[in-house]
Amino acid sequence: MGVQIEVDHLTMRYGAVTAVDDISFTVEPGEFFGLLGPNGAGKTTTLETVEGLRSPTSGRVSVDGRDPAKREPDLQRRIGVQLQSSAFFERLTAVEQLQTFGAIYGVPTSRLDDLLEQVGLTEKATAQVEDLSGGQKQRLSIACALVHDPDVVFLDEPTAALDPQARRNLWDVLRGINDSGRTVVLTTHYMEEAEELCDRVAIVDHGRLLEIDTPGALIRQLDAATRIGLATEALTLEDARRLPGADSVTLGGSGLVIETREPATLLAELGRREALEGLSVSKGTLEDVFLDLTGREYRA
Amino acid sequence: MSTSTTPGSRTEPSTGAGDAKAARPLKALTIAMFKGFVRDRMTLFWAIAFPLMFLVLFGGIFTSQGEVDPAEVVVVGDVSVIDDAPAEAQKTIEKSVDITRSDDLDAALEKVRDGDADAVVTEEGGEVTVHYSAADPVAGAQIQGVVQAIVQQANTAVYQQSTGEPPTFMFASSQVEDDSLEQIQYVTPSLLGWAVAMSATFGAAANLVMWRKSGLLRRLRLAPVRTSSVVLARVGVSLVIALVQAVIFVGLGVGAFGLQLSGWWPLMVPLLLAGTLAFLSIGMLAGAVSKTEEGAIGLANFIVLPMAFLSGSFFPLDGAPTWLRAVSNCLPLKHLNQGMLDVMVREQGPSAIVLPIVILLGFAAVFATVSARLFRWEA
Repeated sequence: MGVQIEVDHLTMRYGAVTAVDDISFTVEPGEFFGLLGPNGAGKTTTLETVEGLRSPTSGRVSVDGRDPAKREPDLQRRIGVQLQSSAFFERLTAVEQLQTFGAIYGVPTSRLDDLLEQVGLTEKATAQVEDLSGGQKQRLSIACALVHDPDVVFLDEPTAALDPQARRNLWDVLRGINDSGRTVVLTTHYMEEAEELCDRVAIVDHGRLLEIDTPGALIRQLDAATRIGLATEALTLEDARRLPGADSVTLGGSGLVIETREPATLLAELGRREALEGLSVSKGTLEDVFLDLTGREYRA
Repeated sequence: MSTSTTPGSRTEPSTGAGDAKAARPLKALTIAMFKGFVRDRMTLFWAIAFPLMFLVLFGGIFTSQGEVDPAEVVVVGDVSVIDDAPAEAQKTIEKSVDITRSDDLDAALEKVRDGDADAVVTEEGGEVTVHYSAADPVAGAQIQGVVQAIVQQANTAVYQQSTGEPPTFMFASSQVEDDSLEQIQYVTPSLLGWAVAMSATFGAAANLVMWRKSGLLRRLRLAPVRTSSVVLARVGVSLVIALVQAVIFVGLGVGAFGLQLSGWWPLMVPLLLAGTLAFLSIGMLAGAVSKTEEGAIGLANFIVLPMAFLSGSFFPLDGAPTWLRAVSNCLPLKHLNQGMLDVMVREQGPSAIVLPIVILLGFAAVFATVSARLFRWEA
């Protein structure tokens, strides 16, 4: 069922450019694994090497103990891929795309209706692919990746360029894929997506692996301050600054923002004073981890 | 892990594909490609309607070009050679000249001067005179020829009657095109050759670039399908298109334009198949070196259109200079056209297609090898 993936000191060079620089990680069977990084970080190159589209300059990649670059048909039948571009047969309907991919993988195409329902495209079954929206195309290409019931699924930025509703709908689809026991590896540059979906996340930048852990552990490691928001009327600026454990207090358009590393003490004090109007509490996010690790300069 | 009732339920992946299953990806790819072709009105137009327009143009409209309008002749007074000609001769006369009668010689001559009539014919004491205008020497010469023939025929008849012997010399004329190739006989095979070459080249070039640009080629690379299956699917689709073109061309030629096929016409099928392979591989090369569909189609056009002219697809090259015919002999389309003409309308047998097929397959092999070298999976 689930498949183990090993990436061992993977390096990819194109001329003078090192796209992937000595990356190693292991994805366990049944795990939902995320490659997170800004555009051009090397995550797609890494994923494509694992899929078998590229051969490493040095290092080793194995999927279920085998070399994907050899493109062995019986390994390919266990792998489902969704590439960055929506790769379809022109002017075929959604259901015909699935039929064609099914036939290519040599599987019976009896449960296509289920598959279309799973990705929410039942009503678009007979629509030609040119008439689908961006989100519908993304979902169809995921359905195409699932048509042969693979044990491992690779998704390259599956939610790129989707509106928030479409993205959240797709998250449900992706969770469903992983719930049925498949190993899932996805690349994304959306922090909340990685936080929401992934069991573990590898943060990649400039071709190097910066950090790899569960989203929760990464955020805890960051030791970021907890931000407590209050309505302006709740407390004066001076009182707020004198609160126990308050590191900094700012007054903004949405009210007071207090940063603290002792949220329990500070919140207890606020409760005692009954100054909880408009209270909001937020901890660090994966985005903070990410920015902490990769810096804030603009990327290509 | 889910149970088998959820939508994402799992079935055992099939393993150990047998022979029957090995054919399935090929079949599926062929069907997918064919549907993509049929559903695209533009490619349908270029493959079927556009060449047919040329057939209608060359076969239907320009066919009448060979026939000359009858000349307008005014006969003044009695002209016994015409009036007393036997029925058969009368028919020939009527076919080549329109005769009107008049008694007014001056008025008739005026008509010739104004160009309203081509000639006036009079007879006086056994001398038949043709009055014509120098303004239209062609019509004048034509009528002189006709009248001369009539006079000759009358003389012969008189001679035969008086001596009882046939004349020593007889004159006969024959137009070569009438006996071998009328316009439609020539244009159907050669335009069909061009049409097949065009759709095979364009189809392969556009298909390859489109699939590479959309990422479908990369996607297929990760699927358990052989590269040869992708190529064979394209070959299959192009062969079907070529046969459909042949059926439509021959059907329209025979049905609407009086095309007469020679007994060996079914030999056009192997020729068309070899031609399709040759032009597919040329299209593959165009597709391999082009980055965009527009570029691929432009390049295909750049190759096929001049070749069509140089291969005699639109008009025969019999009158072309020697060097041009030498160039023409280096082009695959020339040999396709030649073979098609030989078996479709020139009554030539199987030996006529051997050399063209060998040449076409040779082109196919060379271009396929080069395009395989230049082939790229990714944009």
